[in-house]
Amino acid sequence: MTEVNYSSKDIGVQKPTEQETHEAVGVQQAIDPSLLAAKPPAETLARDRVFSIESLTASYGGTPAIRDVSFEIYQRMVTAIIGPSGCGKSTFIRCLNRMNDVIPGFKTDGRILYHDVDLMAKNIDAVGVRRRIGMVFQRPNPFPKSIYENIAYGPRILGLKKDLDERVEKALRQAALWDEVKDRLKRSAWSLSGGQQQRLCIARCLAIEPDVILMDEPASALDPIATTRIEDLMHDLKRDYTIVVVTHNMQQAARVADMTAFFSISKGDEGHRSGVLVEYDSTKTIFTQPKDGRTEDYVTGRFG
Amino acid sequence: MSANAPTADLFRTENMRRRKIVNKVVEGGATIAALLAVAVLVIVVGSVVSRGWGALNVDFFTKSQTLYSGFGPRPASGISNAIVGTLIIIGIAILMALPVAVATAIYLNELAPRKLASVLTLAFDVLNGIPAIVLGIFVFVFVVVGHGQAAWKASFALAILMVPMIARSTQEVLALVPISMREASLALGAAKWRTTLSVVLPQAVGGIVTGATLAAARAAGETAPLLFTTALYDAQTMSFDPRQPIPSIPMFIFTSAEQADPVLHQQAWGAAAVLIGIILIASLIARWFADRSVRRLKGER
Repeated sequence: MTEVNYSSKDIGVQKPTEQETHEAVGVQQAIDPSLLAAKPPAETLARDRVFSIESLTASYGGTPAIRDVSFEIYQRMVTAIIGPSGCGKSTFIRCLNRMNDVIPGFKTDGRILYHDVDLMAKNIDAVGVRRRIGMVFQRPNPFPKSIYENIAYGPRILGLKKDLDERVEKALRQAALWDEVKDRLKRSAWSLSGGQQQRLCIARCLAIEPDVILMDEPASALDPIATTRIEDLMHDLKRDYTIVVVTHNMQQAARVADMTAFFSISKGDEGHRSGVLVEYDSTKTIFTQPKDGRTEDYVTGRFG
Repeated sequence: MSANAPTADLFRTENMRRRKIVNKVVEGGATIAALLAVAVLVIVVGSVVSRGWGALNVDFFTKSQTLYSGFGPRPASGISNAIVGTLIIIGIAILMALPVAVATAIYLNELAPRKLASVLTLAFDVLNGIPAIVLGIFVFVFVVVGHGQAAWKASFALAILMVPMIARSTQEVLALVPISMREASLALGAAKWRTTLSVVLPQAVGGIVTGATLAAARAAGETAPLLFTTALYDAQTMSFDPRQPIPSIPMFIFTSAEQADPVLHQQAWGAAAVLIGIILIASLIARWFADRSVRRLKGER
């Protein structure tokens, strides 16, 4: 492929089929049954692949941080990445939009197919990747500019200067922040509370209309109320976007995710400890009927 | 009081007394050192101002220098052309140094591989330590010999002096801009140059202005490069032409101090006071810029 066009339409992705309603399935050994009760079984949702990760190994300066990870991420679902500290959750999610490129000594093996295009291929422009695959970080990181300018920054650099006001309003509405800030768009973004700042960062990401939103522990620096609002937002956003979220909070994964991938640390052949994918399944299965003992130990709180 | 209440620590012991004395000695030493540094500044500024005070009058700031033959009434004389000359020379030096220094700092901090950056940073520290007179001779040999003196050549020499200073201070403020700001921009699909120009530089601008002003303040007092590049001027006329040698405050101090004329000596002190005043004002402006940019960063307006 000589030229890559990052439009999902061009690559030929279908709209997901109408989501059917399902009755809640009885939970046998649930850690937190109430969280999972209302969840439609992810097995029955339309599964259109967005990412196919094929034996991905990522290393810093020769030391692998994650090893041989393979799984698929589906469209218009929330996929949670859970696991103990140091298991490579963040390294993994930062591979998906090539954010690790800037780190000296970072290397990957294997493939990350995004709508059947290998993101790791030499002819792929990381800047183009990030225009389609947005990211929200652990700590809210608004620019020291006005609220308006924060949202307008992305569209401006992409040359989307037409109807900028409408675009800013739309993004803020999508991020459920518009009503709180509409009267003070010219105020500094740093005058907002932490939770508002994080929703602003989500809005900033939405303003360039990405296909996928990556969230790296988006609520870990926030209080419970702000966390709830972010989680509600993820529920709303998955109608239009594919969301991948890293979290160390299992309850959060159980609340927001359709699919859950459990990463853990294992000792490699040369004695390096690196992250591996232990189990990937629907959130309900991961939390109620995990197939791997390590997953069960983690989700039941015996290890972690 | 219960039998084993831990009250023993509450009473003064020999050990505690010794620790208190050591504490007092260290505190006192540090305070005295700080006072000494301030005292030196006060003595220098005070002696300059007291000796030059008599020369500071309206003519001193509005008239050019006049030659006095020693007979008859002494014509009013001033250093207005030297003040203007210094401002022109420093202004051109900033114009030359600032873009190069900022671009260099961006390269070192944002683009260069780490090892190369540390080698180049060391090189800049060495360049920073090169005496001004060496830079004066350098410019003299390559630009002045065979072409004649000119004010812009003095600016050139001073710019060489300023580039490493501004580059290093810019590098430091660039490093203070959090990585998360760069990541936020990169994650929105901004290219690296765009991120640097739109996100990193605006946050560093206060620090850059401060560094440039301090470098300019230091360069303003340098005399050695001027001796080689803009010393053969007409002291009696006001000149705005940087293609000609023009008078400057340091050169005025230098030449006046050599004369056997107490009035000129007093004027030299006065000129020194003016130079200190200019540097003080520049530093205050730099401070104001730095404070303002910090306020902006914090979101207060």
